[in-house]
Amino acid sequence: MGAKLENGVVISNDQIAKDIYSMFIKAPNIANSVEMPGQFINLYPKEKHTILPRPISICEVDSKEETIRVVYQVVGDGTGQFAKLKREDEIQVSGPIGNGFDISGDHREHLLVGGGVGVPPLLELSKRLKGNVTVVLGFRDEPYLIEDFEKYGAKVYVATESGKHGSKGNVLDILKQEDIKIDMAYSCGPKPMLKALNSWCQEKDIPVQVSLEERMACGIGVCVGCVCKKKDSGNKDGWSYKKTCTDGPVFMGSDVIWDE
Amino acid sequence: MNNKLDLSVDIAGVTLKNPITTASGTFAPREFAQFMDLSELGGVIVKGIANVPWEGNPTPRVAETYGGMLNAVGLQNPGVDYFIEHDLPYLEKSGTKIIVNIAGRTIEDYCEVVEKLADTNVDLLELNISCPNVKEGGIGFGTSPEMAAKVTREVKAHSRQPLIVKLSPNVTDIVEIAQAVAEAGADGLSLINTLVGMKIDVNSKKAVLANKIGGFSGPAIKPVAVRMVYQVAQAVDLPIIGLGGIMTGEDAAEFILAGADAISVGTASFANPRACIDIKEELINYMNKHGFKTIKEIQDAFKG
Repeated sequence: MGAKLENGVVISNDQIAKDIYSMFIKAPNIANSVEMPGQFINLYPKEKHTILPRPISICEVDSKEETIRVVYQVVGDGTGQFAKLKREDEIQVSGPIGNGFDISGDHREHLLVGGGVGVPPLLELSKRLKGNVTVVLGFRDEPYLIEDFEKYGAKVYVATESGKHGSKGNVLDILKQEDIKIDMAYSCGPKPMLKALNSWCQEKDIPVQVSLEERMACGIGVCVGCVCKKKDSGNKDGWSYKKTCTDGPVFMGSDVIWDE
Repeated sequence: MNNKLDLSVDIAGVTLKNPITTASGTFAPREFAQFMDLSELGGVIVKGIANVPWEGNPTPRVAETYGGMLNAVGLQNPGVDYFIEHDLPYLEKSGTKIIVNIAGRTIEDYCEVVEKLADTNVDLLELNISCPNVKEGGIGFGTSPEMAAKVTREVKAHSRQPLIVKLSPNVTDIVEIAQAVAEAGADGLSLINTLVGMKIDVNSKKAVLANKIGGFSGPAIKPVAVRMVYQVAQAVDLPIIGLGGIMTGEDAAEFILAGADAISVGTASFANPRACIDIKEELINYMNKHGFKTIKEIQDAFKG
């Protein structure tokens, strides 16, 4: 279907945790073009010294309301500008971009593993999956979106590094403790977490889809800035660079070179 | 209003319907076609193509800076054979002029690419002797007048299409390089390529780019680019494609006043995927406002 560019209109933009905001944007062309959970949009900061779009995963799509929900962390200048947006403000958006999670298989027991700002795209995924959904989420300190997952019927486990909420530790600790039935695993979060999960899944012979992150410039597949290493038997080195934005961001964990 | 204007420009015997082109490295045809009609452009300058596929540099390859960005992609490209088979047929149907940026590590590499393109419908060649992100070739050729002249002469001898040479700003005297490649037979010039830059994360105390240094582009570099286009246009009688930080139609007009015949839009297309079209419309507005009917009239209006 391809990506669209449009001026979205902010419906709401609320802080839901420390430095974490939830924004609903009315963007009909983009909302109606989302094909898979795990795709992302680019938000363009208004101030002219911030040149590049910020790629942000789609947390939820409502095709009836024609809205996209993003849950984002304020990490710098660009996202700081987004946090100031008010209802009815306009923001330029492009998307949807990328290959998201593949839910076309007939798996019934789904494990979703999220870490930090990797959690939001798993929400739309959990809504679309058929079968039993178990969600294991890791946060540094303060969890968010838990009720949203529960609302859609998922069984949710939470781990925090500080131990303030859920169990103290990380998502792998929970997976090792609990006996969760899994046909397919899906994950988004920091690379060390994805790498550890991939190893765990390989040991257990569970297929895992991982959503990767790289620094992007254009966010639309042009600049080749955001490449990642994917196994490629046709290449002499056994791998080749793929664009995280449009070849990914979701890859099979077994296809990724995890050396870095 | 538009029909009274003639936006067309001549670059080395090739007529572009308007002066707007896409800067190499910031353009991919299918991706941009999602957001605009490529036939509205004067020409497209495609990403650097080498004789064989290049892998490029490790990541992170890009970083934003105040009013600009750094990149150290390292000319990752699928090679000329892939380009001819997969991208060229698409570009031929796009209704715009095709300009191919040529990358190489050696003079022989460049010559192999232009020889393979000789039998194609590519309209113009742009010789990249100024990429700051590859050690051999790239900037190695573009920073000495003797080397720049040598590679221009040899590649020109193997080319069928007119040869534009893209100049590096990372030199003591860009006019000297421009004169050297003009004498060596270049049919046109494009300038500027990126400035060499660097960004350090003060918290991690590490260079942000894996390559440490990279090419600096975006609106922050525009005054340097305008100055260099002006100096080169004064000294060399060749068509010039001006680029470096063009974000608006008025920026485009500024380059034309400085002596450019056409312009390229690069980093602006990341800030707005429709930037080329917006810039074209703004340039038309500028021409109407100032009563210009042709691009040449803008050029001639510079008052010094």
